[in-house]
Amino acid sequence: MPEKEKKEFMTIVDLAELKAGMTGTITNIDGGHGITNRLDAMGIRCGIKVTKLSGQFMRGPVIIKVGKTQIAIGYGMAKKVLVQVG
Amino acid sequence: MKNHPLHKEPHLKHGHHRHHHGDYKKKILLVGNPNVGKSVIFSRLTGVGVIASNYPGTTVEFTAGAMGSGDMKMQVIDVPGTYSLLPSNPAEQVAVKMIKQSAEEKNSIIVNVIDATNLERNLNLTLQLLKMNIPVVVALNLWDEAKHIGIHIKVERLESILGVKVIPTVAVTGEGIKELVTHFDDACKGECTIEDTERWHEIGRIIEEVQTITHKHHTFGERLSDLTIHPWTGLPIAVVILFVLFFVIRFIGEGLITLIVNPVFDRLWYPLMMKVSGLLKGYTFLHTLLIGQLIDGKIDFGQSFGVLTTGLYVPLGAVLPYIVAFYLILSFLEDSGYLPRLAVLIDKTLHMIGLHGLAIVPMLLACGCNVPGVLATRMLETKRERFIAAILMSISIPCMAQTAMIFGLLGKYGPLGIFPVYITLFAIWIIAGVLMRVLVKGESPEIFTEIPPYRFPHPHTLLKKVWMRIHWFLHEAVPFVLAGVILVNILYTLGVISFIGKLTGPFITTLLGLPPEAVGALIVGFMRKDIAVGMLAPLGLSLKQLIITSVMLTMYFPCVATFAVLLRELGIIDLLKAALIMVLSATVVGVLLNIIL
Repeated sequence: MPEKEKKEFMTIVDLAELKAGMTGTITNIDGGHGITNRLDAMGIRCGIKVTKLSGQFMRGPVIIKVGKTQIAIGYGMAKKVLVQVG
Repeated sequence: MKNHPLHKEPHLKHGHHRHHHGDYKKKILLVGNPNVGKSVIFSRLTGVGVIASNYPGTTVEFTAGAMGSGDMKMQVIDVPGTYSLLPSNPAEQVAVKMIKQSAEEKNSIIVNVIDATNLERNLNLTLQLLKMNIPVVVALNLWDEAKHIGIHIKVERLESILGVKVIPTVAVTGEGIKELVTHFDDACKGECTIEDTERWHEIGRIIEEVQTITHKHHTFGERLSDLTIHPWTGLPIAVVILFVLFFVIRFIGEGLITLIVNPVFDRLWYPLMMKVSGLLKGYTFLHTLLIGQLIDGKIDFGQSFGVLTTGLYVPLGAVLPYIVAFYLILSFLEDSGYLPRLAVLIDKTLHMIGLHGLAIVPMLLACGCNVPGVLATRMLETKRERFIAAILMSISIPCMAQTAMIFGLLGKYGPLGIFPVYITLFAIWIIAGVLMRVLVKGESPEIFTEIPPYRFPHPHTLLKKVWMRIHWFLHEAVPFVLAGVILVNILYTLGVISFIGKLTGPFITTLLGLPPEAVGALIVGFMRKDIAVGMLAPLGLSLKQLIITSVMLTMYFPCVATFAVLLRELGIIDLLKAALIMVLSATVVGVLLNIIL
């Protein structure tokens, strides 16, 4: 999606971009089998709601909440998880 | 301590699992996600102590124990935690392999320990297990915590859906464990026919049917959790916590020394040893071996160098109090659940050295003793990470014995003596880490870990863990100290040490600026660093020489025990590389320090 268009809709962002405190529904996991499986094992998959709790400075890990579980996920991985805000 | 995980490990690596199939009526595998309390249940069932902490991945290898007696004797195995049957690190590989093996044996059952506060995610593994051809009983653990945070689970409903027995348990208090045991006999195989792609969908349905959540306000733990992980508040809190820890460890360690250790050695052991010394007057060699040299007609526990004097005083009098203090505090941190948060905060920094945040756990463990530190590297996903972490801790993280040595040698100079050593070691940690990140091939994945809720450490579990670690130290370290003292005395008597001293003299004096006599201490350092102090103390080294020796002794070789574990964990080829790195970096740093200081 071109940058401009993205700004206009702003409904789909990745977990790194998602603002702390916001909740979104995962629409796509943009990664290979390995990543998808690891995320899946922890219950992170398309269609579920995640809340971003915080992100560390300088592209550090992102903390999300899935159900009752808090999970720390590296920035690069967070970039690959796309969510629909709201 | 036969059942300590460390002792089980060789059997695992070499494939000789110590499973006496014939002797046991049943084999029970405790299987579940990381950090759900399997190890505590194991402890409850077998009475065998295993280390349990509040972070994912404490158990990196299986531990086996027995319960019941006679005809009813059962083998219980604490399997490393795994989120699914598709493993992503060596600890999980062990788990999956064991589960698959057991599925082929008739007398095995799985006790699937699941976290009641996290039913949905835990059921993912449960449904996978139910598809394996093996009887399952489910232990719904952390039942009290689930109730506390407002989660209600209809156990009977869950049982009928899964088709296997489900028993609510609270492992730390023992609630439900007896009932769990009574159902080992009627464990049955699940009848799960769900396709992998349908699994989460099915889990969703189950959750809707069996679980209700009443909303509760933010608990104190949740607020604390937010504060300690948010960068603005988390980083200052981390700094404060680490400082406080340092002082508390020192306070407890010194307290133990002045209140207990010194009085015992001075008032009880000293007079006794002086008597023994008198009795041995005619037997010079025996006197040297047991009591050592008298200094001004008296025994000096630090410098006499007899097996019964220095050999006992160094591990028990100088190092043990700090080991106790360190593991007491670290275990408290582990059980509270703070470590994964620290891992997140420090993640970026550790990326510089080719690791990710979770590597802070093995690094911290190594500050107590490098052996558990090296073993804990198994929680890291790739070979590259494990290699880097193991080498960094071997060369630049001083264990408690090394810390005791550094303080013993340089304590009298205060910060002026201590700081240069630690600053040098820290610089080496960074520089060697950055170099290895660039040079060592392979992958370093990103951090991906569950952040467990804060829990107040359960005193019983905590003390048991501290006791196990102390026990381990006593069993593993003390024999090496005694052997080291004996070896040194024999080598001295035979003149071997002065011979090597002469041989290496030019190198030691010109490049490192040390007297040839220091070579004795460096040789002893192969066995144990802490006893090298006694050999250096009488040499009257200058501050600069003491700093160089301290850094060299920490770097050039880990102790024999660590070396043995490195061999097991890295294999011979990587170990040789590691040894080369250790010797080279120690020499380079030693020479540089000699030039700079």
